[in-house]
Amino acid sequence: MAVTDPVHETVNAVYLAESRRVLATLIRLLGDFDRAEEAMHDAFRAALEQWPREGVPANPRAWLVSAGRFKAIDAMRRLKRFDSLDEPGNEADVAVIDNGAWADPESVEDDRLRLIFTCCHPALAADAQVALTLREVCGLTTEEIARAFLTPAPTLAQRIVRAKAKIRDASIPYQVPEPAELPERLDAVLRVIYLVFNEGYSASSGASLTRHELSAEAIRLGRLLIELLPEPEAVGLLALMLLQESRRAARTSPSGELILLSDQDRGLWDRAQIAEGTQLVERALSLNLVGPYTIQAAIAAVHAGAPTAAATDWGEIVGLYDILARADASPVIELNRAVAIAMRDGPAAGLAIIDAILARGDLRDYRPAHAARAELSSRLGRTADARASYQRALALAHQEPERRYIERRLAELAESKTGDP
Amino acid sequence: MKYACLVYLEEEKLHAVPDRECIACGEGLRKSGLMVGGEALQSVQHSATVRIRNGKLSVIDGPFAETKEQLAGFYLIEARDLNEAIQIAAKIPPAREGSIEVRPVRELQAD
Repeated sequence: MAVTDPVHETVNAVYLAESRRVLATLIRLLGDFDRAEEAMHDAFRAALEQWPREGVPANPRAWLVSAGRFKAIDAMRRLKRFDSLDEPGNEADVAVIDNGAWADPESVEDDRLRLIFTCCHPALAADAQVALTLREVCGLTTEEIARAFLTPAPTLAQRIVRAKAKIRDASIPYQVPEPAELPERLDAVLRVIYLVFNEGYSASSGASLTRHELSAEAIRLGRLLIELLPEPEAVGLLALMLLQESRRAARTSPSGELILLSDQDRGLWDRAQIAEGTQLVERALSLNLVGPYTIQAAIAAVHAGAPTAAATDWGEIVGLYDILARADASPVIELNRAVAIAMRDGPAAGLAIIDAILARGDLRDYRPAHAARAELSSRLGRTADARASYQRALALAHQEPERRYIERRLAELAESKTGDP
Repeated sequence: MKYACLVYLEEEKLHAVPDRECIACGEGLRKSGLMVGGEALQSVQHSATVRIRNGKLSVIDGPFAETKEQLAGFYLIEARDLNEAIQIAAKIPPAREGSIEVRPVRELQAD
């Protein structure tokens, strides 16, 4: 590409900054994802031709939307001319596009929200929601998404095609949900964003670069969402993601080994992300309804504010887990609360709760439950219990760094035993 | 657009929702012009599955799929889009006991 050409560079910059907005508006105007994508590409092609001659327009986005719209109208008229049946519907389509209401700046901002809510519609399969959001809202290519999710590109492309077909054939509307539907629909959007984040965050090393980009993309999505719709839980989710992301550099050793929160070098934590995340938690907590994302973010903020693991305000963390368990009761939350209680009141107190959860059978196949039980048992000197639980955890561990961590702990247990008098 | 809202219930729960509630729901939807048609269905024990294979009619008893929930009734509704159809389906009383499958109606093509 001719990087020396300044107009070319401008078009590239406009593409990066505006292409998603242009697409979102064109989908509304044309009522069809594929037609809108084609129109957008035609518009950028036209920009490459015309801007060097006529200069860059004052409002490039409006110019592109307008150009895309005319290209689409042209295409439809051409189609119509060749269409011997001459269906009256085509005329109506063109009229709808021509009414001029498209330029209203408020609806243009709403278009991005419409696009997010449509891509995250609960009638679409969960993996299709994720793929479509990354493709249409974030502008990632199908190949990029496929690589990040370790999925063959044709499978991913198929998923996107099916999702678009369902949007069209089941008449999934291009709209921001009514206030009555909003909480439920927002949950679906937040779930997609957090799924993207976790895919990038909890993955092993190796393909770490593309993975990291997924977390960054999720944070970008989170920012976009609160800019468009500053709902408390959206703010809470962004805070949670920033606070978790702040620990990324400290979570693994240079050789890719997993490092637990208590053993991390807190000097490696990203202070800017902690500051922003903490500020967002405070903002979310000041809004009326406090939901699960906000409470988890508040817990992460307590960790982030502690100079060492020992100096952590474990009482505060237990209190937050109590609130979280009331808002969103689940055995996993109970487990995390038990670990916090162990830190506050000693390992025996935590172990009793974990044993009770496991006795219920809820987390029988959940690796972290056995790993936590092993850890607390080992702190109490119950080596045999600790070994049995680490072995159970090892059998349930699927990621290499996790397996290596547990194997290391088992080896340490064996050593400490031979060292015993 | 027309949507079929298919009501799925476990057999034992077929009468968990009082009939009068379903009658009232149907009347409400009909009055608001949203309902095109709909019926409650008999127990799945009375059902048959019909297939044509290689030009031959085959009839077997019972439901097509072996699941706990069975088709217990259906509403044919007219909705602006899927969101409105979902909102209407959510108001169908057995939604709370079983599930409602919302399926867009496919318009048959004459040619």
